[in-house]
Amino acid sequence: MAETATPIDKRPLVLLTPAFIAITALVVIPMSFILVYSFYENIDLAVDRVAFQFGNWEMLLSDNYYHSAIWKTLRISVVVTVLAAVLGYLPAYFIAMTTFRHKWLLLLLLILPFWVSFIIRTLSWIHILGNQGALNGLFQWLGLSDEPLRMMFNEFSVMVGLIHVFLPYMILNIYVSLEGIDRNLEPAARTLGATPWQAFREVTLPLSLPGLAAGSLLVFVLTGGSYVTPLILGGPSDFLFGNLIYDAVVTELNWPMGATLSFTLLVLLGSVVILYSRFMGLNQLSKAFG
Amino acid sequence: MTRKMDSTKRYEKLREAVGNGDVDRRTFFGLLGSAGITAGLSGGIMTAMAKQARAAGVELHFEGWGGVVSEALRKHAFDPYEAATGNKVIDATFGGENEVLTKLKAAGSTSGHNILHSSGVSWYKRWVDNDFHVVLNEDNIPNLKNVMTAMIEPFRAITPDGLSAVPYDYGTTGIAYNTNHVSKEKAMELGADLLLDKELKGKIGGWGGDWANRAWYGALQSGQDPNDIQDWDAVWDKAREHRELVLKYWGSGAELMDLLAKEEIWVTEAWSGRVAALQAQGHPIAYMDPPNGLAWMESMFVLKGSPLAEAEELLNFMLDPETAIAVAVGQKYPSSLDPTKVEMPEEVQNLPAFDPTGKLEALVFRNPETWNPHEKKQGAMWNRVQKGG
Repeated sequence: MAETATPIDKRPLVLLTPAFIAITALVVIPMSFILVYSFYENIDLAVDRVAFQFGNWEMLLSDNYYHSAIWKTLRISVVVTVLAAVLGYLPAYFIAMTTFRHKWLLLLLLILPFWVSFIIRTLSWIHILGNQGALNGLFQWLGLSDEPLRMMFNEFSVMVGLIHVFLPYMILNIYVSLEGIDRNLEPAARTLGATPWQAFREVTLPLSLPGLAAGSLLVFVLTGGSYVTPLILGGPSDFLFGNLIYDAVVTELNWPMGATLSFTLLVLLGSVVILYSRFMGLNQLSKAFG
Repeated sequence: MTRKMDSTKRYEKLREAVGNGDVDRRTFFGLLGSAGITAGLSGGIMTAMAKQARAAGVELHFEGWGGVVSEALRKHAFDPYEAATGNKVIDATFGGENEVLTKLKAAGSTSGHNILHSSGVSWYKRWVDNDFHVVLNEDNIPNLKNVMTAMIEPFRAITPDGLSAVPYDYGTTGIAYNTNHVSKEKAMELGADLLLDKELKGKIGGWGGDWANRAWYGALQSGQDPNDIQDWDAVWDKAREHRELVLKYWGSGAELMDLLAKEEIWVTEAWSGRVAALQAQGHPIAYMDPPNGLAWMESMFVLKGSPLAEAEELLNFMLDPETAIAVAVGQKYPSSLDPTKVEMPEEVQNLPAFDPTGKLEALVFRNPETWNPHEKKQGAMWNRVQKGG
């Protein structure tokens, strides 16, 4: 039987080429430079020697200072992600299910904070949680406390700041996933005898999981790479791995060590994406984005 | 029933409508043309304005400490300079000179960076060591003759062939305390140890951005001469003790003022001028320099690649007694001008750290010879101690 040659469809290749070039030029090549720089040796402040040595990597692997920072970063990222998921699901569900005619207005309100600088939004918490902030003023006015409650410059305020900044990413992802669910499924479950809670738990929640997972991945990765929020809202003990990178690069002017730490953070957060891909499949992300 | 329509569907529908002739092609292209003309016109105007601006004068990029310091420089130095010369000063705020050095190293060029409000002789040496310096023509800066010799000498010792900066102001990093919560007697009695007072736990602040500042106070608290530290472990033990009591390490003058003004902290080391600014605003904040407290001098450093003639013109303008005094009053730091040569008004004479003799012998400055060799190791050490290490 004669074989018929299947013509190769070149369109995917053509369409993917610009993205491939951009990712190579803007991510792969710079990260390769960073990896190479991690083997250089810092002789003095801002003075590096071209070398191929493992001193920076040895220090990273043997020094508990860095290990505790990694652990703290992962812990805070998990807590922020879980809280953002819990806090974000409700508004996303409300926006998706509402019969309000001007739903676009709700979505606009959701993205409105992005029009204000991230730094300003973070600083605003000082005026809410600070000693002379709105909350302490309210508590004292209501007679609930005589002295200001200490709510600022601790892990709590750092988490509040991170959730505040990243929550819209979570809500938008869940919302898009919920929007794609057939509205007839829940009523169908109800007609089969399910309670409203059962219908939600057995039908809506599983179908919205791709959005929840995509939002969680985004929030986790963004939190893991943060360093400004702990600087502004944290106390002496509240730092993330990103703060150690800032210290190495900016205050110690030790670029080889900064490169080592940066590459480590990339590998750590990249591993999370790979794990997500392994268990959820990255195609779930495209589902979540509609 | 409303039907959900995504952008792709909307585009398909529009394309279909155009194809069917439901949308008037003339109107469609008319609108498109209007948008193009608007963009083109505004672009053209902007281009013409940019050309005009370039023809009008030279742009000088200045980076400084922000807050009241930047406000004083903008109001009393840069605005009058721009009006007088037609040149433009574009000022920005940095978190510290290490930030600028990182940027210059990353970019491989000094483009967009001309003049820095540089801190101390140590940083002057670092800029020179990294070959970012210039040789200023002092003939073009006649007002330099009024600057205190005691302030010029340390810089000239590093670059004997010519200065790359002009000394501009000086001050101290002492201790600020809230008089509603800490008495003057207690502050005077404890001196530098006020920062280690356990009764004030959670109400103490500290400057996190400079390892040498923390080490200076650690040396004072451990009974050592800050310019001749022998026992670094004792210094960091005191820093750890301080850390346990600290609510927040601040990173900028604006943050320092905010924390003190809002009474988040009651005690911290602080920059004299910033405290003077708070006092002027009516806050109950007092300031003291403990024995052997840290003094520093700042310069206006010109980076390599800057338009030298215009930079020299600006520096001379800034050192003009009228300008320098107005800036000193505004930023609350005494001017580098010698008070024995230029009469200082009462407002300047009352500023913290002001030295009427013009010799600065009563102030203790950081000796770069003894401090710089320790910077790499001890700077990294401070970052660890600050984070609980």
